[in-house]
Amino acid sequence: MGKFIAKRLGFGALVLFVLSLFVFLLFFVAPGDPARIVAGDKASAEQLELVRQNLGLDQPMTQQYLHFVGRAVQGDLGFSYRNQQPVSELILRRIPVTISLVFGAVILWLAIGIPIGIMSARHPGGFRDRMGQVFILLGLSFPTFVLGMLALYTLYFLPKQAGFTLFPPSGYKPFLTNPLIWAWHLALPWATLALVTAAIYARLTRGQLLQVLGEDYIRTARAKGLSERKVVLRHGMRSTLMPLVTQLGADIGLMLGGVIVIEQVYGLQGVGSLAVQAVRNQDRPIIIGVVLLGGLFIVLCNIIVDLLYAALDPRMR
Amino acid sequence: MPLLEARNISIRIPTEDGILHAARNVSFTVEAGSLFGIAGESGSGKSVLTQAIMGLLPGVEIEGECLFEGRDLLKMTPAELRALRGARIGMVFQDPLSSLHPYYTIGRQITEVIHAHEKVSNTEARARAAEMLEKVGIKDAAARLDDYPHQFSGGMRQRVMIAMALVLRPSLIIADEPTTALDVTVQAQIVALLDEMRRELGITVIMITHDLGLMASVADKVMIMYGGTRLEIGPAKGLFAAPAHPYTFGLLRASPAAARQGTELYSIPGRPPSLLARPKACIFAPRCAQVQPICQIEAPPNRAYACGTEALCHFEARIDRADTAPAQPARKPPTDRLLSVQDVALTYTMSSGFGAKRQLDVLKGITLEVARGETLGLVGESGCGKSTLARVIAGLVPATRGKVDFDGIDVGALTPKAWRDMRRRVQLVFQDPFGSLNPRRRVGAIIGEPFRIHGLAKGEARKNEVRRLMELVGLNPEHYNRFPSEFSGGQRQRIGIARALALNPDLVIFDEPVSALDVSIQAQILNLMQELQQKLGLTYLFISHDLSVVRHMCDRIAVMNAGRIIEMDATEQIFQHPQQDYTRTLLDASHVPPVPVQAQPRELLRLEQGAA
Repeated sequence: MGKFIAKRLGFGALVLFVLSLFVFLLFFVAPGDPARIVAGDKASAEQLELVRQNLGLDQPMTQQYLHFVGRAVQGDLGFSYRNQQPVSELILRRIPVTISLVFGAVILWLAIGIPIGIMSARHPGGFRDRMGQVFILLGLSFPTFVLGMLALYTLYFLPKQAGFTLFPPSGYKPFLTNPLIWAWHLALPWATLALVTAAIYARLTRGQLLQVLGEDYIRTARAKGLSERKVVLRHGMRSTLMPLVTQLGADIGLMLGGVIVIEQVYGLQGVGSLAVQAVRNQDRPIIIGVVLLGGLFIVLCNIIVDLLYAALDPRMR
Repeated sequence: MPLLEARNISIRIPTEDGILHAARNVSFTVEAGSLFGIAGESGSGKSVLTQAIMGLLPGVEIEGECLFEGRDLLKMTPAELRALRGARIGMVFQDPLSSLHPYYTIGRQITEVIHAHEKVSNTEARARAAEMLEKVGIKDAAARLDDYPHQFSGGMRQRVMIAMALVLRPSLIIADEPTTALDVTVQAQIVALLDEMRRELGITVIMITHDLGLMASVADKVMIMYGGTRLEIGPAKGLFAAPAHPYTFGLLRASPAAARQGTELYSIPGRPPSLLARPKACIFAPRCAQVQPICQIEAPPNRAYACGTEALCHFEARIDRADTAPAQPARKPPTDRLLSVQDVALTYTMSSGFGAKRQLDVLKGITLEVARGETLGLVGESGCGKSTLARVIAGLVPATRGKVDFDGIDVGALTPKAWRDMRRRVQLVFQDPFGSLNPRRRVGAIIGEPFRIHGLAKGEARKNEVRRLMELVGLNPEHYNRFPSEFSGGQRQRIGIARALALNPDLVIFDEPVSALDVSIQAQILNLMQELQQKLGLTYLFISHDLSVVRHMCDRIAVMNAGRIIEMDATEQIFQHPQQDYTRTLLDASHVPPVPVQAQPRELLRLEQGAA
């Protein structure tokens, strides 16, 4: 097992290396002079030259890349062009926001999506299945920002007009200061992200469970005299876990790299909004940092998914 | 006193195409302690019948009365039925691999039955599970409780299933094709085990199977079903020796064991009926060899005879054996050698996910020769390497060692061009007539594919060739534009054969060509194969696990075990004087259906009108 993990970690490192190479190359092909961004529009030629030297931009590309990688493995991702703050610090400050957002939403969307999927699959073609399908279609077709706006309007703006604050409109409060305040601030973003994503999980659960319920071992479980509840939950859902874990791994990995729309709608200072700002400002060190962080999360989640496979499926041990 | 008494059971399954009449007015009684057999071809309703009365098919409409230990199963609430399932009535299904949950240990799966019905501690449940596993022949049972199904062989898995069905000592076990997915020698063991458990624990067994030979060897009483109808029921001995219904007779006659080698097999013409229609007359009339005008007009009465047999027929059995097919002219003795395989070995190197490499010897030095025009049978149990050998001979898999010589050509050392030419001369027909045809392509395109690949005939010429082939294998050429799903299993296998014959091959390798087919259809296909061999001078390599089929079809037989040919000789020599223990085991394990004799005059007890 240790060997397996080491192998996967090595592979993950390779993925990150290739990723860094691509993002770094972007520096050189993208239009715009980094020195100009840093020094500002009014800087003189001498000043520009100085900035260039400071940033190491006058050195050959390979030199710059090696230098970058050398620092990156030590956790040093350089400095923001805009405010000269260390990139790693900027990102670290925003990670708790994104993590809070994603993990809270994960629990919520699993709690909504899976039961709806099970309900649909247990009564295929029936009324409950149709209602489930309606939920799935709505969730899949509703743009996240529209749902976010709607939630803000009904749950923040309307109560506010009526004279009380049901939910705060924006902002993030640290968990450690007050968990209740933290949850209160995140409730709307969680719900919005969860409702949209739950549809995907409801559909996945429904499809997989329908297939599993047709398996011979489900007939065996019924022939044993198990209650329908146990047949579905213990025997049916057990086999549905694998595809759910796969999807979950991919989604979490992706979202930890920034949940752009939700963070924008609710004014959360997460990794996603950092990425948006960095792109708008052409702040390349931050862009690279965010991309590498996203890659790292995806690689890690994939390794976890692989380990979960082995834990879930005895045939893969 | 009967343990189970079913009266006038009718089952209707609503589907998109209409209502399927899966059972019509079926009645039977199962005596306590007996082994009751239900036989019939696929689609005859035998599995649906038992699953429906057990409440395992929600959504079907079921009518009638089914008394189990005095209580009507069909009037029970779902909860009452559930309390019965697993506790009083155990079930064993066909494929033990797919019928066991892959993610739970077998200990957990067996104790689950106990916990579902009784309040006991887990320790006690495990002890009882281990005891039952031991009883069904699993060694070191206590230690194996924590193993998963994939860690057991097929036969062992079926033993686990049986232990699971028996663990609460039910009074009835329903075994639905319990041996069909297993090897011949394992089949015999499983049937022996069921029989032993029946005697030792006093359990009644209902066994469903399409294998009449197996049925004849163990059942006390047998019911023959066809198109959801009970055509015949009676004591096994009498029923198999002198069937009262033409269908039963036809089934037994269609078995290759009933015909001499080289003769045409008796076959029931046509195909099983659609369950959607509801004929007013006899359901078997369209295929019956002794059909009379009245059969197509009026529903037949149920004739109850003094010997205990009942048959649904207008007439008393008038079965005569005069209609035996004429023996075909003896085949020309094979002349020159077409194929020679010398010391062929094949080793797979597998690297597991953790880096360690394992070597798997699939073939360990095979030497054989096939003469032009002969049929060589390749028999052996699953995993013995027979299909792999076929692939090596066809040049689809390169051998690790040794030489395959086809008509003077070394198959292992071909240029890509020569390899493609050889593809025209060696063809394969596969087992699964459903999986081996692309469902999205029209039959004309499937059969015409070889012409397209080799750039031989185009346009109208190709179409004509395909029509000629369809005619040759007994398909209606007008069905050129249909999709495989519109054909029955037997017809699909004809499509596979037509495709294989397209380019006039010399050698055709049949890999279990009839094992997925019902007996009556199997006979049609075997006859076709023999006819084509005569007509076209083909050489066959015939792979099968069914010894009676091999005996009927082959001139010589090679017995394979664990990657080696352990015995190879003329067919009769193998059957009469097997030299190896393994061959003897194989022969002993195969149940050959009894050959029916001339019917005796019977005493009719009563005639029941409107029985179906």
